[in-house]
Amino acid sequence: MPILEHLWIIPLLPLLGSALNGLLGWKWPNKTVHSVALAATGLSFACALEAVREFVANGQQLFRKEFFDWIVAGNFRAGFDLQFDQLTVVMVLVVTGVGFLIHIYSTGYMAHEEGYFRFFSYLNLFMFFMLILVLAANYTLLFVGWEGVGLCSYLLIGFYFLKKSATNAGKKAFIVNRIGDFGFMLGMFLLFRTFHTLDFTALFAQAGPLPGEAMGQFGTLTVACILLFVGATGKSAQLPLYVWLPDAMEGPTPVSALIHAATMVTAGVYVVARSHILFTHAPTAMYVVAIVGCATAFFAATIGLVQSDIKKVLAYSTVSQLGYMFLGCGVGAFSAGIFHLMTHAFFKALLFLAAGSVIHAMGGEQDMWHMGGLASKIKVTFWCMLFGTIAIAGFFPFAAFFSKDAILFAAFNHEPGGKALYAVGLLAAVLTSFYMFRLIWLTFFGQKRYDEHHVHVHESPLNMTIPLMILAALSLTGGWFALPALVGGKDYFSEFLSPVLGSGEIAGIENAHNLELTLSGVAMLAAVVGLIVAWRMYAKDVKRGKSEGLHKLLYNKYYVDELYQAAIVGPLVWISQNVLWKVVDVGVIDGTVNGIASGTTAVGDRVRQVQSGNTRSYAVWVLIGALLVFGIIFWPIVHPALVGGMR
Amino acid sequence: MVPTNYYVLLSAILFGLGIVAFVFKRNIITIFMAIELMLNAVNLAFVAFSQALGKPDGEVFVLFVIIVAAAEAAVGLGIIILTARNRRSLNVENVNLLKL
Repeated sequence: MPILEHLWIIPLLPLLGSALNGLLGWKWPNKTVHSVALAATGLSFACALEAVREFVANGQQLFRKEFFDWIVAGNFRAGFDLQFDQLTVVMVLVVTGVGFLIHIYSTGYMAHEEGYFRFFSYLNLFMFFMLILVLAANYTLLFVGWEGVGLCSYLLIGFYFLKKSATNAGKKAFIVNRIGDFGFMLGMFLLFRTFHTLDFTALFAQAGPLPGEAMGQFGTLTVACILLFVGATGKSAQLPLYVWLPDAMEGPTPVSALIHAATMVTAGVYVVARSHILFTHAPTAMYVVAIVGCATAFFAATIGLVQSDIKKVLAYSTVSQLGYMFLGCGVGAFSAGIFHLMTHAFFKALLFLAAGSVIHAMGGEQDMWHMGGLASKIKVTFWCMLFGTIAIAGFFPFAAFFSKDAILFAAFNHEPGGKALYAVGLLAAVLTSFYMFRLIWLTFFGQKRYDEHHVHVHESPLNMTIPLMILAALSLTGGWFALPALVGGKDYFSEFLSPVLGSGEIAGIENAHNLELTLSGVAMLAAVVGLIVAWRMYAKDVKRGKSEGLHKLLYNKYYVDELYQAAIVGPLVWISQNVLWKVVDVGVIDGTVNGIASGTTAVGDRVRQVQSGNTRSYAVWVLIGALLVFGIIFWPIVHPALVGGMR
Repeated sequence: MVPTNYYVLLSAILFGLGIVAFVFKRNIITIFMAIELMLNAVNLAFVAFSQALGKPDGEVFVLFVIIVAAAEAAVGLGIIILTARNRRSLNVENVNLLKL
């Protein structure tokens, strides 16, 4: 059966798995539950591979099919239309592939947790929505996936719903995302108003020939792009809406790996890349994307430097790396952004899963200051973590070396202000290397800072370590598509994406190849600097120092949460309580309702006096009524006579 | 021949007396008689118009009214007797079960 003709089957399989587990899973043993979930995602991955094979066999033609109408109103049509192009290939393979590995890992990690079926049901549901998001052929359907993954994110962050902090984190993620989604929807409305369609093919065909807007000009396209980007900042945790992602670490670790590192949070990058035709017409919006991305990359990295929770370090690292992706998109190197998205999915999923394995080994401990010296005890986890760390730090020939390098190279050559973006990006790379090796040293080396009588460190089972090893291998090899570019050959990744995203070649640079080599060397140097500094500071036995000055500022995340609390949440709560509740709700709304009720009662009290129950008073009323009728009948006769008589 | 006006005027006067008696009297029997008086005032008007117009319709109506009035008198008197037995009174003020 040609899968490409039946693309719906790829998202449908996880939905089926989710429904089965959600409805029947409560009475199934764990084995059945995860068999269903694994079969659903595994088959989905297999279908995706087959679809890719067919896609390549068809000569990489954009495949697009309208399955059924969803909303038809006037000249607006939102259909269940799916499409398959080079960008989709990358996204679908990442989502189903990494998703499948994380499903396998979860069977080990979640084995002793309550609500096993619930977890897999949500996880499969997430896969469904994520696949809808990347396969959708119009913004409306994309938005369905967009909201759906947000829902699953909420459900999974709050998975341990008995923990107050987990449910709060879930709500925070959901609400912060709403702010972004508001911008996204406004962007969609604006696009529809301008182009009268939200279909990718039709919309980009219309937008393509339009003249680009000038730098600094806020035309329709620029505003639409910035609004879409507001949505992306929410979903992809960029400044200023990144605050939900670190809190999202309350969820189980596989969730952090799948949703909050590898797939969902990259949806914003995907949307920007998908809309790149619009963005290239709006240089101002591009610049905003680049600056926000660059600032986030640096800002989040600085917070990551001092965190003590192993997952928090990785969370801020994720925010920072997402910033890199946006930086890449913002300077026009969309394929580099997507490249980093893919390699990041590998190594960050790896890092999170390895961190999960560490936490598993430590019996739930997440504070790195309570670890130390684990390298010899959990060897597999250690080596996988090390692979991930080397990959993210950007050492040759690991994945991020190529992808981060491509982004920084594009930033360096961007005009105007590219050099500054490059400098900040490079600094963030140093910080990345530093905080990751700090994590390694604090966790795996040095003296034991935990009580050996209470914590029995043990290596994780095979179903957890095998996905780790696969991801470690991918973290090593994931960047090799661009390997030939180093020796003057082609970058196969960006060439593969070029039919969708354009060539991304920067023309008119002399000795581009030499420059790229030089910049690669500089990036390597940055990673080495980070490594050495971390080694100097943490390789020896360290005590947790007192937090003061800059360290305190960073440790408390620049007090951004407190700032938001004071500047936004506080006033909002105050207005809600003192105006909306006590004035509008109690005064106006309740007042109106109660007023109508008491008014009716008062009128009724008067009127019911008429019905006294006294027969004779009824007779009087009948009499009065009769007289009135007589009056009405005879008045026209009597009246002229009276008037005439007076004359 | 007596002009129709006179009949109608007499009828109106009788009807008015009936109403006044109905509203102001308290004795049930009197009220009952007031109703009969009003019925017969209407009958008088019917007959007068019937004669004036030379059509028998009015007289037919009067026969109907008399028949219904007879039935009504039977039921009404029954009610009055029961009321009188139950309450040992013919005062309509005491028949106030429906009162608030």
